[in-house]
Amino acid sequence: METLLRAEHITKEYTHHKALDDVSMHVPRQSIFGLLGPNGAGKTTLIRIVNQIIAPDRGQIIFHGEPLGPEHVQQIGYLPEERGLYKKMKVGEQAIYLARLKGISASDARSQLREWFDKFDLMPWWNKKVEELSKGMQQKVQFIITVLHKPSLLIFDEPFSGFDPINVNLLKEEILHLRDEGATIIFSTHNMGSVEEICDHIVLIDNAKKLLEGNVGQIRKDHARQIYQVELDHLKKPLEEILDGRFELIRAWDHDGSLKARIRIKKGIQVNELIGQLIPSAGLLSFHELTPGMNDIFIKQVTGSYPQEKSGNKPAQAFQAAG
Amino acid sequence: MSKTATIIKREFLSRIRKRSFVVMTILGPILLAAIIIVPVVISQLSDSDYQVAIVDDSDLFYDRFADAENIRFTQLATNIDNAIELMAAGRFDAVLHIPEIAFQAPSSLRLFSEKSVSLNAKLLIENILKLEFESMKLGAAGIDQEILAAIETPVNIQAIRIRQDGEFISDHPEVSMALGFMSGLLIYLFIFLFGSQVLRGVLEEKTNRIVEIIISSVRPFQLMAGKILGVGLVGLTQFLIWVVLTFAIVAGFQLGMPELFRFTPDEQVFITGSQALNAEELLRQRETVQQYDTLAGQVVSGLSAVNFPVMILSFIFFFLGGYLLYAALFAAIGSAVDNEADTQQFMLPVTVPLLFAFIMAQMVMSNPSGPVALWLSMIPLTSPVIMMVRIPFGVPYTELALSAGLLIGGFVFTTWLASRIYRVGILMYGKRVSYSILWKWIRQS
Repeated sequence: METLLRAEHITKEYTHHKALDDVSMHVPRQSIFGLLGPNGAGKTTLIRIVNQIIAPDRGQIIFHGEPLGPEHVQQIGYLPEERGLYKKMKVGEQAIYLARLKGISASDARSQLREWFDKFDLMPWWNKKVEELSKGMQQKVQFIITVLHKPSLLIFDEPFSGFDPINVNLLKEEILHLRDEGATIIFSTHNMGSVEEICDHIVLIDNAKKLLEGNVGQIRKDHARQIYQVELDHLKKPLEEILDGRFELIRAWDHDGSLKARIRIKKGIQVNELIGQLIPSAGLLSFHELTPGMNDIFIKQVTGSYPQEKSGNKPAQAFQAAG
Repeated sequence: MSKTATIIKREFLSRIRKRSFVVMTILGPILLAAIIIVPVVISQLSDSDYQVAIVDDSDLFYDRFADAENIRFTQLATNIDNAIELMAAGRFDAVLHIPEIAFQAPSSLRLFSEKSVSLNAKLLIENILKLEFESMKLGAAGIDQEILAAIETPVNIQAIRIRQDGEFISDHPEVSMALGFMSGLLIYLFIFLFGSQVLRGVLEEKTNRIVEIIISSVRPFQLMAGKILGVGLVGLTQFLIWVVLTFAIVAGFQLGMPELFRFTPDEQVFITGSQALNAEELLRQRETVQQYDTLAGQVVSGLSAVNFPVMILSFIFFFLGGYLLYAALFAAIGSAVDNEADTQQFMLPVTVPLLFAFIMAQMVMSNPSGPVALWLSMIPLTSPVIMMVRIPFGVPYTELALSAGLLIGGFVFTTWLASRIYRVGILMYGKRVSYSILWKWIRQS
C-alpha cells in the first residue's frame, strides 16, 4: 500500500525525560491511522513533530515522498486535543482568519465555510461571538476549520472528547467520508472502542517507544490466542471427560438449558480436532473463536498481560466475541 | 498577503474595534485639549471679581492698592464696624482693616471675610504692604527714593545656545524641560500600556488554547511578531489620532471663541501665570515684565529653538524602538506563565528599568548633558525615555546615532531572547516556571 507519511527513527528528548525513542511508522494513503497509547506515551509530541510545531532531535518525517517542510503546512489539518478559539471574536470572522492562516483566500474561505456551516446547522451563528456558542458548537467550528482547506493529511487528537453521542456519530461519519474522498487521517486516542470502529491501521506507543504497528484486523488475528467459545447440549458425559490433553477448559457455565464453555487449544492442534472431539459426545449449537479486542491488546502490550489474567475473575468481560 | 500580515491585521482590527480603544481615543484628546483650554477659559470667564474693602485708619495706604486681576479694591472712609456691615449686606467679599499702628506692628493687620478668604487676595495684599513698609523704612533711614530707584538693577541673563550648525539661539531651559518631560512621559506610558496589551494577548491565546491551532499553520515567531507589530500599530494610531484631535479641538475653540484667545502680551503673563504662579510671583513678574520679554514670547522663542524635525523623528523612532524592546519581553512573560497572577514574578525585572528611567528623568532634566544622562540615554532599557527628555536640550548627532544603534541592537536581542522562550512556553501548561527553566528554554536548540 502506498505510504503518505513515514516517520523514521524519531527521537525527542526533554530535559528530564525522553518523549520519543526511535519511533518509526508508516501511514498508508487514504486510511484512518490510529495513534494509540496511554497518557504521556508521547502521542502529542509525535503529532506536534508531524505538524512542525516542534522539531525532533533525531530522525525525519517523509511526507508525499519528500522530507517534511514548511511548504507542507497547507496540506495538513490539525485538531489538537486542547483546543480553543478567540472568545470575543465572531464565529465567521474567526473561521475565515484561521483559514487564511492556512493559505486560503478570504473569498474561497467564505464560500467553503458557508457549505460546512449549512451542513452543521451553524449558519445562524455566523455573526455571534464564540463565547455565545455551546461547547459542542465550538467543537464543530473547530472541526470545520481543521478540514476546510482540504488537506491530504488530517490529524485528530482525541476528536470526540467533549462531544455528545449524536455529534460523535456525526463526526465519525464525516471522518469516514473524508477518508473515502481521499484524505488520510491520523487519529490519536486512548478510546479503543472508536479505534475498532473506524481505524484501518494503528501504531501503539508506550513510554516513548513503539510497541506495535499494523493493520487492525491483522493485529487482532496475530493476537488470537486459540480460545474458542462453544455452546453444547445433550452432553453424553461431562465436558471435562470429553476433552483430552490437547484442550484446556477455561470455564463452563449453564445458559438457558445448554452449556457454554471456553476452551483453549494447545499449540500445534487444529480447530477441526476440537470440533471432531465434541461432535460425537454432544450437540454443537454454536462455535466461534474469541479474538481479543483492541482494548485487551492495548492493555497486554502496555502492562504485559491480558486484563483477565491480572484480575483473574472476569474473563467474560475481558473478551469480546469476534464475528 | 503573508501570514504575518494577516496576523497583524487581526491584532490591529480587533483592538481598534474595542469599545475601550474608542473611548480612550476620544477621551484622550478631550483631556489634553482641556488642559490647554480650561485655564484660558477660567481666567477669562471669572467675571465675579473679588471685592475687597479697605478701611485705613492710618490714611497712609489708600492709594497704594491697585486693582489686580480679579481683585478689586474699594477705599471706604468709614469705620471698620460699618465696613463689616456692608460686607454682610453683600457689597464686599472681604474687608481689610489697617489700624493706625500697622506700620509699627504689622501683626495688627486684619482681613475679615464671611467665607474663607481668597488666598490670592491675601498674598497680594501682604505683598503690597510689605513693599510699602520696606520703602517707608528705607525713607525713614534717610535713603532717597531716587537713590533707591537708581540702585534697583534688574538682572536678566540672556542664555544663548550655540547650536551644532553654529547658529546662535536663545535658550529657554523651562521650555525644553517641559517638552522633554512630556515626551518622556508619553513614551513611558505608551510602552507600559501597549506592552501589557501584548502580554495579555499572548496569555489569552495560551489560556484559551487557540495557540496550538495557529502554530500548526504559522511559525511561533510569526505569531509573536504579528502580535507585537499589530499592537504597536494600534499604539501609533492612537498617538496620531490624539495629536490630530487635540490640535483640532484647540483650533476649533480658537476659531469659535476668538475673544478668549486674543491676548495682549501683558495679559498673556497672567493667563499663563494663573496656572502655576501665585499672586506674589505674579506681582513680581508684572514689575519686571517690561524689561523681560513676555512669557509668551519666551515660549515662542523657546519652541523655535527646538529642532522639531529631529524631535518628531526621534519621538517616533524611540517610541517604536522602546516599544519593540519591551513588548518582546512582555510577550515572553505572557508565553511562560499560565495565568495573569503568575506574571508578577517576571514583571518586576521588566518594569523596574522602565520605572527607573522615568524616575531618573527628573535628574536628567537638571543636567541633560551629564554623565548620568549620557549613560542612561545609551542603555537600551532606559534610552527611549531618557533620550526624549534630553533631545529638546540639544543632543549631538553622534550620541543620537549611537543611542539609536544600541536601541536597534537591544530590541533585536530581546526579540531573539523572547522568541526562544515563547516557542517553548506557549505549549507548556501546568508547569511552575522559574528563571532557571527560562534559561534552559533559551539555551535549548
